[in-house]
Amino acid sequence: MSISIQNVSKKFGAFQALHNVNLEVPSGSLTALLGPSGSGKTTLLRIVAGLESVDEETGGQILFDGVPVTGNPVNRRQVGFVFQHYALFRHMTVFENIAFGLRVKPRAERLSGPAINERVNELLRLVQLEQLAKRFPSQLSGGQRQRIALARALAIQPKVLLLDEPFGALDAQVRSELRRWLRHLHDTIHVTSIFVTHDQEEALEVADSIVVMNKGQVEQVGAPNEVFQNPATEFVMKFLGEVNVFHGRLHNDTPVFTDELKDADGVRLLVRPHDLAVRLRPGPGVSLPAQVYRVLTAGPLVKIELLNSQNNLVQVHVPHDVYLAMPVKSGQEVYLVPKESRLYGNGNERIEYVI
Amino acid sequence: MKQSEKQADSFWGNFALSAAALMIVGLLVVLPLLVVLKEAFAGGVRVWLASVSDPDARSAVWLTLGVAAAVVPLNTVFGVAAAWALAKFRFKGRSLLLSLVDLPFAVSPVVAGLIFILVFGRHGWLGAWLTDHHLRVVFAVPGILLATLFVTFPFVARELIPLMTEQGSEEEQAALSLGATGWQTFLKVTLPNIKWGLLYGIILCNARAMGEFGAVSVVSGHIRGETNTLPLHIEVLYNEYRFTASFACASLLAGLAVVTLILKTVVELKSARDAA
Repeated sequence: MSISIQNVSKKFGAFQALHNVNLEVPSGSLTALLGPSGSGKTTLLRIVAGLESVDEETGGQILFDGVPVTGNPVNRRQVGFVFQHYALFRHMTVFENIAFGLRVKPRAERLSGPAINERVNELLRLVQLEQLAKRFPSQLSGGQRQRIALARALAIQPKVLLLDEPFGALDAQVRSELRRWLRHLHDTIHVTSIFVTHDQEEALEVADSIVVMNKGQVEQVGAPNEVFQNPATEFVMKFLGEVNVFHGRLHNDTPVFTDELKDADGVRLLVRPHDLAVRLRPGPGVSLPAQVYRVLTAGPLVKIELLNSQNNLVQVHVPHDVYLAMPVKSGQEVYLVPKESRLYGNGNERIEYVI
Repeated sequence: MKQSEKQADSFWGNFALSAAALMIVGLLVVLPLLVVLKEAFAGGVRVWLASVSDPDARSAVWLTLGVAAAVVPLNTVFGVAAAWALAKFRFKGRSLLLSLVDLPFAVSPVVAGLIFILVFGRHGWLGAWLTDHHLRVVFAVPGILLATLFVTFPFVARELIPLMTEQGSEEEQAALSLGATGWQTFLKVTLPNIKWGLLYGIILCNARAMGEFGAVSVVSGHIRGETNTLPLHIEVLYNEYRFTASFACASLLAGLAVVTLILKTVVELKSARDAA
């Protein structure tokens, strides 16, 4: 089932949570809504679910397979919703939690008792927690609770599955395990899914498609690789990983980096820590002088911290073998050469340039 | 200071505080209760039985039970509705409603009674209309019901608002997203989550409904055998110097208090066990 979001705006009092959002989610895909807190990603998800209404003045619409569902309340939208804090029914066993959606159906549509049991057991097998059927939510770990919440949402055979920061409340190890598991689950059942996250690594690892949101608007939509390699805006570049910023200005379509402070027609060169090379001598093209401040060799990559001519901290990540071929000491004067970089002007849009 | 001295200090401190607390409770709570029982049975069990089964006493007991039977369910419904609205939703006028729920606690019961006289009394706002339609509110059972309803309104709501606020509304949202109707969500999710708090509120509401004196005293008119509730009946007997009869009836209310305490403790234990 495809989801279509058209001209959706939402105000909470004076706060504009969503600003004319348009988005197409293809059928069967797993899409991540990625953004910092306050970017409107959860509000958008709740609007798709019907837990929040669309502001009517702008004529916003939500369509499932081309059919408007904007007027349908949440209990008639047939969406599976998974909450960050699980929201399991605390007075019911795991079994009854999963059976809930099947038991509240009108009598004409309701499955028979044995059929419900069978369906619940099937779902327990799917989330690999059959042995916990008789437990209460308070007796489960966070990861187990979230899997039960997912099984409960899937019980009603939802048209779409919506997950609000599903791994946000879990510790790092369980989180990465569940991520892989969610991807695997999606590959098994193919239900159109949207999940909200503020963790770029999670989005890059799990999703087919990433929607980067900022201040109630969509900044970029694309496959993980595309969003990471070709960030459309400075915001996307900064949000998708660590980044070094060099201030300069354009001179004959070529960026010049001097000691001057940022000015009106200034530009910013954004380089990821692993895209900077450390050289002892300036090369042709852009090479920026810097002084080594600290070298951290513990870890999978060597992290070199430097101070550039504007006295800003610059991070460089190099593999151990590269570092060993040319080690540096703190206090040493070096030159930084960007291998891969992006240039942004004041318009936030990316500028093409040659070095 | 040495360790042993410190411990000795804290021992005497604890002892003094505990002794003071016990003395206060004994003096203000246990002793009066014992006095009530002693006075009630001063003439023996037979006199007690005769006092309690006197027609006026019996009518007072029935009136009190009847008022409680009518008021407690109503205030349970009002209380749940008010708590639901106040805890689960944010809307204009919410803080005003929150203060209004507390109003009966803030207003002296006598003043509450007088308000009803002003509104429904013969010279009150609705007095002429009520007289024209041969309806009696003040100095009759409806007035007693209204006054008790007013005074006991906050008990259930006050018990539930913090509980429901803390529980949030995510479970309800989950139930709705699973296709449940609003009513199913209330019965299967909200109600089981608040049952112990609700029961606690009902017990307190019932105790107050049966024991209310001030407001009811103003609106009842003290018509013996008709509009005297048990607390009013006790006062009438006492003012007539019929101490034994008065204490006999008081022992009934004291018994209610003890039952209430036991129920309250049971509910607290159960809810603590559920929470664990």
